[in-house]
Amino acid sequence: MLVTFPHMGNAYIAMKSVLEDLGVDVLVPPPCTKRTLELGAKHSPELACLPLKLNIGNYIESLERGAEVIVMAGGCGPCRFGYYAEVQREILQDLGYSFKMVVLERPQGNMRDFVKKLSMVTGGKSVMQVLASIKRATRVAVMMDELEKLCWQVRPRERVNGTVSRLMQEFHSKAYKARGSRQLSALIGEYKNKVSGVAVQEGSEVLRIGIVGEIYTVIEPYVNLSIAEKLGCLGAEVDKSITVSYWVINHLIKEALHLYDKRELNEASYPYLRSFVGGHGQESVANTVLYKRKGYDGVIHLLPFTCMPEIVARSALPEVSRQYDIPVMTLVLDELTGEAGYMTRLEGFIDLIRRKKELDKAYEEVLPGN
Amino acid sequence: MPKVGIPRALLYYNYFPMWKVFFEELGAEVVLSGLTNKKMLDDGVNCCVDDACLPMKVFHGHAVHLKDRVDYLFVPRLISVEKNEYICPKFCGLPDMVINSIEGLPKVIDCTINLRDGNKSLRKAVLEVGGLFTGSLSRIYKAYQKASAELADYERLMLNGATPLEALNGNGPPPADYQYSIGLIGHPYNIYDNYVSMSIIEKLRARGINVLTQDMVCKEELDRIAEGFTKPMFWSFGKKIMAASSYLIDQRNVRGIIYLVAFGCGLDALVGDLVERRIRKKGVPFCMITIDEHTGEAGVDTRLEAFIDMLEWRDTQECL
Repeated sequence: MLVTFPHMGNAYIAMKSVLEDLGVDVLVPPPCTKRTLELGAKHSPELACLPLKLNIGNYIESLERGAEVIVMAGGCGPCRFGYYAEVQREILQDLGYSFKMVVLERPQGNMRDFVKKLSMVTGGKSVMQVLASIKRATRVAVMMDELEKLCWQVRPRERVNGTVSRLMQEFHSKAYKARGSRQLSALIGEYKNKVSGVAVQEGSEVLRIGIVGEIYTVIEPYVNLSIAEKLGCLGAEVDKSITVSYWVINHLIKEALHLYDKRELNEASYPYLRSFVGGHGQESVANTVLYKRKGYDGVIHLLPFTCMPEIVARSALPEVSRQYDIPVMTLVLDELTGEAGYMTRLEGFIDLIRRKKELDKAYEEVLPGN
Repeated sequence: MPKVGIPRALLYYNYFPMWKVFFEELGAEVVLSGLTNKKMLDDGVNCCVDDACLPMKVFHGHAVHLKDRVDYLFVPRLISVEKNEYICPKFCGLPDMVINSIEGLPKVIDCTINLRDGNKSLRKAVLEVGGLFTGSLSRIYKAYQKASAELADYERLMLNGATPLEALNGNGPPPADYQYSIGLIGHPYNIYDNYVSMSIIEKLRARGINVLTQDMVCKEELDRIAEGFTKPMFWSFGKKIMAASSYLIDQRNVRGIIYLVAFGCGLDALVGDLVERRIRKKGVPFCMITIDEHTGEAGVDTRLEAFIDMLEWRDTQECL
């Protein structure tokens, strides 16, 4: 039984870890390419959001390679993601593929059901074994996110442009071949050392940009056109408000156990968005405020075209930007996003922030003298 | 007398009789915005965040139209109106969107209605809103009871085939001799707003066709069908639309289904696809019409006519 799942940035590493530790044969879909997107866009509803389309592309490319089981996450609304699996199953069935789809979701806070469904994929493994492998995979996810974070920090400072990106390319091609949590975490550790060893320029001034928005567009580099890499090359250190490990720990584990503490988020977003709006809409607003408090120079807000929660967040962001004096740029992504226009906007945004920083500094120098 | 402005948009079509009676019983004057027109839509498009769906823009337009004429603007935060269900993310953030997008608003009444985990928040919302106008609890309760009764009457008229416009006047559907029925599904605020839908109901009726919508099917029937879904649908309107399409085909013998979709509506994008797949498998004609702020009426008319011609052609030419 060959198991596959859709891509979302480096989430495949955690998925590989959990499934391979349980002795499942895993087929990681090939990285998203133009073909993936074209396949997805062709067979999906026209106005569906981009992640759904890319998922379909991933499934088809995996099914072509012999996958038999699709593992997908679910949800209970109001974001459309919760109904993805239903729509996707029907699309693939109508296309004539034969497969089994296992939807892992948190049925109103019941962890046992989650484990039960997972064991549908894993066969005869005990609940303890499943839980242990989830725990190990969570650790792998955390390590992976640390590695990524390290890349975001080193990239704008590296002496030879592109060193980090080349290392990471190497890493991903090796990660596709590594098996289980042990090999994966060893590989991550190895590359952590390599990236920290990259020669950096001392004293270069680096801008700090926070990235907020819809989880898939924030995490999946194919969709956001490797925004972290692009900004890094422009001399900006990025931070993403949402990462794979954040999602696994807070939404899959803590929320199920009612431990997810949203007080800080509620407080930060309160004047602008006073309610949960599904997906990560409220988080986007809150994190923009929090990035300002942490001293970031600007925020980029990413969302797929027609994303419902992020549209609500978008309506609040101009007000946040004005009142907190932090530049915010929203980028809407869909299958027609062109790289040149996108790059121009990023460059423009970075120039603007640099100029703003200089001006702010000049004011500070002038004002105390008055 | 304090004036409360209610925009004639979004859930106006579902709850207006209730809201009106409630505010009037509490001694407020209800000011309703006019029928949607070009100016309102333009105002809405100008101030609303540009990715929002058409009905949200229409709502913003109505709010702009009302803001200088009233003391309060009623924009409830309707998170959920059924257990374990939602309306849509934009409804959860509607008051915030309006407040962030429109300048110079009067006080906004943005009570939260969230029946997802039970009825508790309804009581709180009723008291909160009532408290703005009176200190007497019994008066608030009485107003609420009267308002609920009014809503029940309104819904009964709709079940008998009246459109909201007719039902709001206390009328049933106009007596007419229809040749056959077709189903018209979609969000109520799309299909009943004559500017947005380009009077689709009147146009169909004028051709001698009886129009049945999801609001003309009783809730129990729809819930029964919805239980058969592979996964419970967590959008109240999506559930209603999906269940109604199969009910209308199986039980009410409609000749075809028209789904009116608003551009940018997230639900319609997914629900539309699911509905279409189901209807096609039943071999019933299906037509999806997408409307946005640019729609030309002639194009919609052509599609409607072609659809009707096709339905009638099937009668005489197709061997079933």
